[in-house]
Amino acid sequence: MKNVLENIIEPPLDRKIANRNMDDRVQDIPGWGMDADPENDPTYPMKHSNGADHDRLNYVKAPQQRQDMEVLRSIERPNITRVFGTSTPPSGLSGAIRRYAYKFSEATATHWMTLILADRVDVIQGKINDLKNGVLPNPWVERGWNAEWKYNRPAFVTRMTVTALVITAGIILLTRKTRSKQSIANS
Amino acid sequence: MLAMNFRGPYQIRPDRNRPMPEIEHPYDAIVRVTRSLICGSDLHLYHGMVPDTRVGMTFGHEFTGVVEEIGSGVQNLKVGDHVLVPFNIACGSCPFCKQELYGNCHEANSEATAVGGFFGYAHTGGGYDGGQGEYVRVPYADVSPTKIPEGMDIEDAVLLTDVVPTGYQAAEQAGIQKGDTVVVFGAGPIGIMSARCAWLFGAGRVIIIDHIDYRLEFARKYSFCEAYNFKEMKDPVVFVKKLTDWYGADVCIDAVGCEAVGHGLQDITGRMLLQAGSATAFHWAVNSVKKGGIVSIIGVYGPPWNLAPLGSIMNKGITIRANQASVKRLLPKLIDHVMSGRLNPKGIISHRIPLEEVSDAYRMFSKKLDNIIKPLLIPPRAAYAA
Repeated sequence: MKNVLENIIEPPLDRKIANRNMDDRVQDIPGWGMDADPENDPTYPMKHSNGADHDRLNYVKAPQQRQDMEVLRSIERPNITRVFGTSTPPSGLSGAIRRYAYKFSEATATHWMTLILADRVDVIQGKINDLKNGVLPNPWVERGWNAEWKYNRPAFVTRMTVTALVITAGIILLTRKTRSKQSIANS
Repeated sequence: MLAMNFRGPYQIRPDRNRPMPEIEHPYDAIVRVTRSLICGSDLHLYHGMVPDTRVGMTFGHEFTGVVEEIGSGVQNLKVGDHVLVPFNIACGSCPFCKQELYGNCHEANSEATAVGGFFGYAHTGGGYDGGQGEYVRVPYADVSPTKIPEGMDIEDAVLLTDVVPTGYQAAEQAGIQKGDTVVVFGAGPIGIMSARCAWLFGAGRVIIIDHIDYRLEFARKYSFCEAYNFKEMKDPVVFVKKLTDWYGADVCIDAVGCEAVGHGLQDITGRMLLQAGSATAFHWAVNSVKKGGIVSIIGVYGPPWNLAPLGSIMNKGITIRANQASVKRLLPKLIDHVMSGRLNPKGIISHRIPLEEVSDAYRMFSKKLDNIIKPLLIPPRAAYAA
């Protein structure tokens, strides 16, 4: 593995360095802290600053939730959270793509766009799993077409008719091409 | 149990065979849902805009319910309590929670550090199933869930889980001063509530801008504000400037987020996911606000980036303020506003729909059918809950 700077850092160091500086170093810096103004807090009232930010290592944590399934973790944190969601663990091809995505930080397009790709693959996986379990697709229910029929009928009927015509035309076109190829092959 | 089951973009199934949630941590509770709402931000999931939205998830981060079971470490709730459950999952003890940033908890979402833990909001929100079902697992049950005050209507209570605090925080973080002119972009439920709450901070004028006439008409009455359709404008920014003596609004609120329409380039790049949805409302807000003004972002944007007018932000000296609502922090004040009649949350509910028809409800909300403003879902056995 390439010896990048991230691998050299041994956290947690940040508070140690800051505390050391506060103890001695900053006292030699002319004007240190002179213009500090605790009232100048643009995050108030959303945030009630109470110094907890600087006590980031010592907060009381909840017990760790038992992990008996795969939970993907952002590489921007060292471990999983004390509590986590257990809905839909990664599985199949989409799961493999997700695992790859989680190798990149949240700052990268690779992370997010790969996850979007995994989501689309997951939809196909979901259809296959449905069929395996004897669940047939029901677009009328799943796509909420009942609501369209009730409240948006003319536009809905037009859209469905156009879609049906395009599909039919596509099938006819494909069938003709296949037939003409077969007739050329036979002759 | 019955719950919504996501099957892919624009595909949802009311599924009667969903497994019952279980206690998975000593601080968990299992809640039997009595009411849940579909949020405008659920539509981003429904439209396939939010990364790591997995097939099989149950959405829903706005719900009330009765506590059915509690974990061994839960002390503040007991079985039978009827609670409103804020959409933020918060541990209450990390440095962010300690500073009342309950929407930014550090111990609720392993999968994204930029995002807090939310119910039913993809794995980007922590991978928790949500409340659009009959039962739901509620982690850190001692921290955010709040008993519904006696005498409060359940429909008011369910709106206190997100819409009211989010709308309120949009106005609060905008730093509105008495007499300020506030322009809200977006007349969805959050925009409407932001406009209504802007008056609580002493706004002198509240203007809402959208392109859907029935929503503008609703906002005019519900939020007591001026309402304009940007489709009737050549340029919304010039319109706002002219409306404010060529000065610019004191405050602009972006209550639209990533599915805004109205700007060709933003629309196209947003739909093609070349950026995290369209940032039209934000773009208009930055350009419509006065120099030195404040832009409050409450609309939801996805990662990783958006086209934003950074040059104008710097040159105009604009302050951007944004966050997920910190529901627990705001609840005491908002409960008081509701109980004293200053706010009427349930007035925003336009449709009451059985949970069994959840896919129709999403379709209606997505396509803005039947003049829908805010759909409420009612689980089958909770129809008479009070």
